[in-house]
Amino acid sequence: MDGETYREEPLMSGAVAMQWSGAGDSAARFETKAATREAPLVKWLIIGLSLSFFAVFLLMPLVAVLVEALRKGWETYLTALLDPDALSAVKLTLIAAVIAVPLNLVFGVAAAWAIAKFEFRGKHFLITLIDLPFSVSPVIAGLIYVLVFGAQGWLGPWLYEHDIRIIFAVPGIVLATVFVTFPFVARELIPLMEAQGKEEEEAAVVLGANGWQTFWHVTLPNIKWGLMYGVILTNARAMGEFGAVSVVSGHIRGETNTLPLHVEILYNEYQFAAAFAVASLLAMLALVTLGLKTWVEHRAAAAHNENQDGTS
Amino acid sequence: MSIRVSNIDKRFGDFVALDKVTLDFPTGELVALLGPSGCGKTTLLRIIAGLESADAGRVLLDGEDASGTHVRERQVGFVFQHYALFRHMTVFDNVAFGMRMKPRAQRPSEKQIRAKVHELLNLVQLDWLADRFPAQLSGGQRQRIALARALAVEPRVLLLDEPFGALDAKVRKELRRWLRKLHDELHITSIFVTHDQEEALEVADRVVLMNRGRVEQVGAPEEVYRRPATPFVYGFLGSVNLFHGRVDGEAVRVGEDVLPPDVLTHEAGTFDHGAEVVAFARPHELDIVVDAGATAGVAARVSRILAFGVTARVELDGVNGTNGQHFEVELTRDQVAALGLAEGQAVRLVPSRLKVFERETAGAGAGAAA
Repeated sequence: MDGETYREEPLMSGAVAMQWSGAGDSAARFETKAATREAPLVKWLIIGLSLSFFAVFLLMPLVAVLVEALRKGWETYLTALLDPDALSAVKLTLIAAVIAVPLNLVFGVAAAWAIAKFEFRGKHFLITLIDLPFSVSPVIAGLIYVLVFGAQGWLGPWLYEHDIRIIFAVPGIVLATVFVTFPFVARELIPLMEAQGKEEEEAAVVLGANGWQTFWHVTLPNIKWGLMYGVILTNARAMGEFGAVSVVSGHIRGETNTLPLHVEILYNEYQFAAAFAVASLLAMLALVTLGLKTWVEHRAAAAHNENQDGTS
Repeated sequence: MSIRVSNIDKRFGDFVALDKVTLDFPTGELVALLGPSGCGKTTLLRIIAGLESADAGRVLLDGEDASGTHVRERQVGFVFQHYALFRHMTVFDNVAFGMRMKPRAQRPSEKQIRAKVHELLNLVQLDWLADRFPAQLSGGQRQRIALARALAVEPRVLLLDEPFGALDAKVRKELRRWLRKLHDELHITSIFVTHDQEEALEVADRVVLMNRGRVEQVGAPEEVYRRPATPFVYGFLGSVNLFHGRVDGEAVRVGEDVLPPDVLTHEAGTFDHGAEVVAFARPHELDIVVDAGATAGVAARVSRILAFGVTARVELDGVNGTNGQHFEVELTRDQVAALGLAEGQAVRLVPSRLKVFERETAGAGAGAAA
């Protein structure tokens, strides 16, 4: 009985292969069964429809960005990217992301932990609140900060007296970025942690582990792929956010311009090639994000498959 | 180490999980907490471990009040129902976990840990699985690894929550015997929770029967099976036939029929005339009377005769006031042949032994007539 459960292949790759072949198998099952097989016309119509939609709405803009960016040649492309204002926009975007991502990583884990592992009053309110940044328009998110920290806002006069600048400055941009990217990590982790329950943590505590050891050796390894996924999404949004940042930025060139804002300015000034060149940076970022996301999904699926074996 | 819980109360909202539970677990014994789901047995186990805190009452470990001691310091080994093995760690790392988490001053060297882990894996006969991950093990193997992991910290007590609950019948039986053997080698005070009466009776030195947050009976397996103290225990352990009736002088009247006084005089004598009672008889404690002229006993009709085992089982439907009730009688196959029973035949059931309880206290045993 013992030999049967052993698998020869390395775990991860084995599970991933299963995952993929699994999808193919189920499609093949539909195809071979007369009951679920569609007429060829219907089949090609559906495939054609989805492919053309994909081409027009998703692929074409991506291609257009790259084509437009390179229309006037590599030289113009590089000049646009190496322009001091562009570089400063890159720098600011990176700063915002470097601050927002770790902050939301910590907040997100803490919030997910609180919701999944504790019972307390106002839990449902907290869950709703976490979604607020998704449900509210980014422009409103920006305006909230203007209302609080702006010159005419609640804290404006006090901040002005103490010479602290938040709105139309880097701190405002970071704040707005943190706000709009808050839900990603928490949203990703809450269902994961709820599904995993408390048993492993309890086992660790009974075995003598303290809180930190339990988190580091048991909880974190169990949520790492979900966490990674959340971080990737957070990063993508942090670098690409336009609305909220636009409201608090003030569009001061070389100072408070992030990449998306810089694209808009260039475009409004009819510098199309430069605008598309900068935009291509963001597009490439998106592609890298997608690649990473797919990779993490595989790993997570592999880990999940193992756990499924584990509970069967 | 001995364990004593006294006057433990625990509520979850309006639900009373434990109601003034007082129990003693002597050193070195293997005790089963047995009861239907929701009876509070797992809650009691978790309170002893320190994973849950009681609303009132005390837990004494070796005579010392442990109510204020954190789980970490209680030195208990706990085996979870679904094992709770760390899925990202190998079997070796799982077993070594407890030792590696110790404060640096008390932590054994990596070499000592290695030796100890292999010793434990040998004890549970799974040393060859040290490098596998939990997902690569069968249920029975996981269970044994969970046990090895719990033993690694040299606990003073071993607590097991439904240890065989998630296993299939064959593995279950095997592990049951194995756990008993292991306990006989280690002699560590152990408590395990189960809802399976066979498991409890077969493995434990003593059985604690629980129902609705209360202890119904404590005793050796033989004792609780032979002499159930309450209707609940009667109904829960083994199959049983149930009669609802009324005390009439020395006899018990069931509908229009009368259970003869001779089998129950010493039992029914303590009841008032006219008291509502329930009476229990095990399947082997009922005799079938085929004589059509007989008046003693409860009238019934044979519905099925199952004669494939060593003993034969006869299923009957009640008539005359016991309508809709089912009875079960266990006979030898020779007896069945001698009586010349046939399906559909009208007979009378006469108990050779009958246990009678007053009605109010008997609600819990109802519905156990199968």
